[in-house]
Amino acid sequence: MTSLQIVFLIIAAVTLASAVMVVTARRLMHAALWLILTLLGVAAVFATLQANFFAVVQVLVYIGAIAILIIFAIMMTREVMSVTGPRLNRGWGWAAAAAAGGLAGLVAVLSTWQGFQTVLEPLPSGSVGVGALGEAFLDPNRFAVPFEVASVLLVAAMVGAIYIAVDRKVVEEQ
Amino acid sequence: MMTSLFIWLLPLPPLLAFFVILLFTRSRNRLSHALAIGGAGLSFLGSMIVFFRAITTPDLAASPFGSAIAWLPVAGEPVRIGVMVDPLTAVMLFFVAWTVLMIFIYSVGYHNFGQPAGKEDQPGLPPRGAEVRVKNETSRVPSIEPMYARFFAFVSLFAAAMYLLVVSDNLLTLYIGWEIMGLCSYLLIGFWYGKTSARDAAVKAFLTTRIGDMFMLLGMAALFAQTGTLSFQAILGDPEVLAKLAGTASVIPGLSWAGLIGLLLFAGTVGKSAQFPLHVWLPDAMEGPTPVSAMIHAATMVSAGVYLVARFFPLLAAGWEPGQPVTTPMLVMAVIGSFTALFAATIAVAQNDIKRVLAYSTISQLGYMVAALGAGAFVAAVFHLITHAFFKALLFLGSGSVIHGMEHGVMHTGEHIDPQDMQNMGGLCERMPVTFWTFLIGGLALAGFPLVTAGFWSKDEILSGALAGGHRVVFIVLALAALLTAFYTARQITLTFLGKPRTEAAAHAHESAPTMTVPLVVLAFFAVTAGWAGIPEAFPGLGGMVPNWLGGFLGTMPNIPHGEEGHSLVPLLTSLLVSLGGLWLGWLVYRGVQAGQADPLAERLGGLFNVLRSKYYLDELYQGIFVRPAQWLSETFAYRWLDQGVIDGILHGVARGALLLGLFLRRFIDIPLINRSGDVLAEGSRDMGGLMARAQTGRIQMYMVITVGIAVIFGLIIVFLVPGLRP
Amino acid sequence: MIPLSWYLMLAAALFAIGLFGVLARRNAVAVLLGIELMLNAVNINLLAFWHRSQQLSAEPHVTGLVFAAIVFAVAAAETAVALALIISVYRRRDTVVVDELDLLRG
Repeated sequence: MTSLQIVFLIIAAVTLASAVMVVTARRLMHAALWLILTLLGVAAVFATLQANFFAVVQVLVYIGAIAILIIFAIMMTREVMSVTGPRLNRGWGWAAAAAAGGLAGLVAVLSTWQGFQTVLEPLPSGSVGVGALGEAFLDPNRFAVPFEVASVLLVAAMVGAIYIAVDRKVVEEQ
Repeated sequence: MMTSLFIWLLPLPPLLAFFVILLFTRSRNRLSHALAIGGAGLSFLGSMIVFFRAITTPDLAASPFGSAIAWLPVAGEPVRIGVMVDPLTAVMLFFVAWTVLMIFIYSVGYHNFGQPAGKEDQPGLPPRGAEVRVKNETSRVPSIEPMYARFFAFVSLFAAAMYLLVVSDNLLTLYIGWEIMGLCSYLLIGFWYGKTSARDAAVKAFLTTRIGDMFMLLGMAALFAQTGTLSFQAILGDPEVLAKLAGTASVIPGLSWAGLIGLLLFAGTVGKSAQFPLHVWLPDAMEGPTPVSAMIHAATMVSAGVYLVARFFPLLAAGWEPGQPVTTPMLVMAVIGSFTALFAATIAVAQNDIKRVLAYSTISQLGYMVAALGAGAFVAAVFHLITHAFFKALLFLGSGSVIHGMEHGVMHTGEHIDPQDMQNMGGLCERMPVTFWTFLIGGLALAGFPLVTAGFWSKDEILSGALAGGHRVVFIVLALAALLTAFYTARQITLTFLGKPRTEAAAHAHESAPTMTVPLVVLAFFAVTAGWAGIPEAFPGLGGMVPNWLGGFLGTMPNIPHGEEGHSLVPLLTSLLVSLGGLWLGWLVYRGVQAGQADPLAERLGGLFNVLRSKYYLDELYQGIFVRPAQWLSETFAYRWLDQGVIDGILHGVARGALLLGLFLRRFIDIPLINRSGDVLAEGSRDMGGLMARAQTGRIQMYMVITVGIAVIFGLIIVFLVPGLRP
Repeated sequence: MIPLSWYLMLAAALFAIGLFGVLARRNAVAVLLGIELMLNAVNINLLAFWHRSQQLSAEPHVTGLVFAAIVFAVAAAETAVALALIISVYRRRDTVVVDELDLLRG
């Protein structure tokens, strides 16, 4: 077992443990904080995959933007979000069964796949260019259209979010 | 083209007025009568425009104005409805428009518009007058009709129906107008529904005319079955159709289809135009508001019956050539018409109610027209229809004016006498000069006063037509009727206007308001001049001086066989003799009648006079042979014996048996088997539904659990069990 | 050095945990957190496969990266809209408990 494998196992353990805490934490703020740890773990996993760019983006976008957005939302609407009563719904047993079933199914399917045991070797430096990704995104023959669609999606989401969340009564009073 | 579309609009304004008055302006008298008169005025203007377009159009008969639209889809060709103006319609429009407008204006005065409302007046009863204090003096004046606006709504509907009937180009819409008028007739006769007699008269009129209408409907159905259309042009304008109808034998042996349909349609006329034996409703119709509904039942609506047979004259006369024996429907018409003319005239001689005399006179004159058609004198019949409409409208409105004046007198003196009884009148010519002179003109026209009046020309033409056509019996009967007509007219005028007042009320009678007298004058004008439009060319001496416009106009109608044009001295002398002789006799007999004196004729005729006064006991006869047996049949036989005894007995037996059977079924079959199974089914459905509903928790996460579970299961099945996908 | 299977197992586990959160948490924001976990699991998978395909051929492969980038964008958009919806629902229904938003109950 190489040191890298050991590092990976530690990262994975931290990630999974904090993910479990995310879905079981009683207080929402704690869950959000656990989520940040999970996201960090995932960023580390990305790093082990030599997807350095995505590790950075994970930290910037997921932790820096999405998780912070959620934390802000929780904090700004503290009473709103503080739910009394059990943290899980009545059918959580079924939910656990379904999740476990899904996991078992995935594992069962994947384990029968011949490429399952492939060992990922370190890639030669220079072959993991962010430049290639950028060119692919801006090449009209490759991913320019999805790229633009993604930007439109973001704008639409922003406008839609503002429109949905705006408090009309407050606006009218002003 | 414009005119054709224009005709559609003629019935519309009064119809709108009807709805607007009834729905919105019922409580506002001035607005209501303004609307009604405005509507009638618009239709009047339109009619005049159409009339003058019609008479200036050459070949109108060959290509009448009109347009039609498909209305009712039936198998094959759709039923088309539309409007048409041919010469017959044009002349009908002319007098209908005039008389209707005159009624409307007259009604304003007759219903005492502008007078105060009476304290004791209530809807459904004639106004009884109101107390008015002027300078500390209380006087009694007529009060306004409590249901003033309602009256105008009804007459508006009536006018709309009459216009619809006249401009129709097919039997179906004609029938619609016909029946709406029947309804209006019922409503107006029973206008004062608080009076038992008015209620009974309304029901009587409705039921009696209904008998005729029933036959007419049968005739319509037969006509449609035979020809597949109800359009006048398609049936009456097509010689082939007429020949086919006249040539095929109908279900009745010895009658062609033309004959059978003609007879059935004529039955409608018998009801509507009050011909014997269905004439009994018309005299009773005088229970309505005095002049107006009477006028409707005298000048306008009853003309519709004659219009129908005139319109269908080509069918009635199908297969007939002048000089040959007439067709069966024509024979029936000649017999019934001439009999009615004489029969009603004899009754009119013995009546004392001023309106009833006119009512019987109307029946008699309508008989004239029907007889004329039966004798083949189409133009003469239509001619008399027009002139009669004018002078009879005049007479009725005049009699209404007389009654109004008498009521005024009665109110003034407080006497308890019948203001409609001619025995109580006398000497009114000084008190009511306008009414007198116009009534005189109308009376002379009715009597056929020679050369001047319209009635002379038309009656003379009928008589000469009857003689020229070889119908000697018809001629003699009609001449006798004319004699009687002149006689009772003279009697009426003498009793009403001449001599000395026989009661205080008559001495205090009072000329009517201008809204009533102006229509009288207008109608008097036409009562004289309408005759000049149809002076026959062959008339000795005068013929040809004025062109026989009407004969030329109507003579162009297609498929109408025309009798011989010959005009001899015999009918002329006869008309002169009967007219002048009758008038002179009547004046002679009645000029010296004193108050309280019995009718001079009663002494001479004795029992016969009583028979006449009682209208030949026909009402009693009908009561005896139709109404009583019907009552006995329904009361004693049908209700007591048949219904209570037999049918109820059977029913009770059946009911008892059914009850037992029902108990048995219930106890042994229904409860254990059917109810149980039904319950099981219902409960099962309910439980099932409940079960299903429980799945619909509305909880999104539950749904997702199920979705994921199923996705997992199916995913595994697909991956591991579908051969091609197994890794 | 690390077998592909480890990554896949990690991603599957993360996905299942996220799924459980989505299916079982009562609070709508917590459900949202579960969704984020699932998206991350997907991204792990995508990048792992990208690494494998890059390692198997000399040609530069960017498809997996592109997919991962799109997932980021979608995740950001989804989070923003979902939070807005949750706030809006709370204003109207006075609750963020998913169970109580049951207008569709039969």
